[in-house]
Amino acid sequence: MKKFLSSIFLIGIFSAYVISRQSLGLAANPSLVPVATGALPAAASPSPIPVPFPVPTPTPQPVPRTVPVPPPVQQGRYKNGTYTGVGADAYYGIVQVQAVIIGGKIADVVFLSYPNDRGNSAKISSYAMPILKQEAIATQSAPVDIVSGATEMSSAFNQSLQSALSQAQNG
Amino acid sequence: MKQTRPLMGMPITVEIVDASVTPADLEKVYQYFTTVDRTFSTYKPESEISCFNRGEVAERDLSPEVQEVLRLCEATKRLTGGFFDICNRKGIIDPSGLVKGWAIRNAATLIADAGFRNFYVEAGGDIQMSGKNSDGGSWRVGIRSPFRKEEIVKVVYPEGKGIATSGTYIRGQHIYSPFAKDREITEIVSLTVIGPDVYEADRYATAIFAMGKTGIAFLEKLKGFEGYMIDATGIATMTSGFDSYTCLPHDE
Repeated sequence: MKKFLSSIFLIGIFSAYVISRQSLGLAANPSLVPVATGALPAAASPSPIPVPFPVPTPTPQPVPRTVPVPPPVQQGRYKNGTYTGVGADAYYGIVQVQAVIIGGKIADVVFLSYPNDRGNSAKISSYAMPILKQEAIATQSAPVDIVSGATEMSSAFNQSLQSALSQAQNG
Repeated sequence: MKQTRPLMGMPITVEIVDASVTPADLEKVYQYFTTVDRTFSTYKPESEISCFNRGEVAERDLSPEVQEVLRLCEATKRLTGGFFDICNRKGIIDPSGLVKGWAIRNAATLIADAGFRNFYVEAGGDIQMSGKNSDGGSWRVGIRSPFRKEEIVKVVYPEGKGIATSGTYIRGQHIYSPFAKDREITEIVSLTVIGPDVYEADRYATAIFAMGKTGIAFLEKLKGFEGYMIDATGIATMTSGFDSYTCLPHDE
């Protein structure tokens, strides 16, 4: 019974997350590259499935009676330009990104340093590949106690991007 | 009793199920991680590793812990055909790729030595577990999707073993890397290793991820280890014994 209740609870949390994510239309909008809102991802998340890139929820704005005319130039949170973030520790290498701001929005994020940027990766490719079982990955709905995944990479990414964007802040 | 704290640049979660646990027991575990961070962080100028890198400490004067870690790094480099290398291009030593798994295992040993039987320690997605969960069942570990971080793509029951995942979540984020055309980076997005303990699983996950697609063949030959590798197209390749971890153990 406890398992059943906790699964219902989990499904509820997950559905709520998916709905909020979809309604914000985040996935396809490059201006909403997850700019960390401060807290390190997944650090204190009550959900057992950590979300490494928390999506900032916009604070609801009261609807004005008259429609304001948007300023014609330099709209958005950031000043145009290219900003380099600090090199952040991803625990097996350094992640360093550069944020490119165009029209006040993040137009691109370029990796300057990346943990897998290693020169000697080719020499092991002589291993003969045995025939191993393969499958297409599929989302599982079963409840779990712990999640295994590479979060350190995303934290380091967030840290570097955040520092690049803090230099780009308007006003 | 369960707690998560950010330490060593990642969230660290400790859960002890046994009824006799007190907050002081968890505190001791976090104290240990704090000490490890203070000793091994290459970002703290006062850490022993930083002093060593500046040439202020001779190798023979290093603490036993640091000497042990450097010895283990050297051994791991040999075992992985040079893929595990703590020496970066500037000649600076950074053992953090090994320290994480080593510290989780030591923390788990601390908990076991304090008399607890049912617990897990998780740091940055790498886990050492022991005994049963709070429902008296096997610890259920989900492997996170490298494409959608809120989803899991596999559930495993590593029963007292260690599990570690190396990977990158870049593609799923619509972030463009100048290295994206480089096959070494894009062909593998996630590699999960189950090993005798989290230290073993973590060091091999780190080294084998760097090997690219052929890494799973290296793992297949390694006794006592199983792995689940996900490539950029969403196809998983698993070692021949991996399936044994996807079913509930018989005593359930």
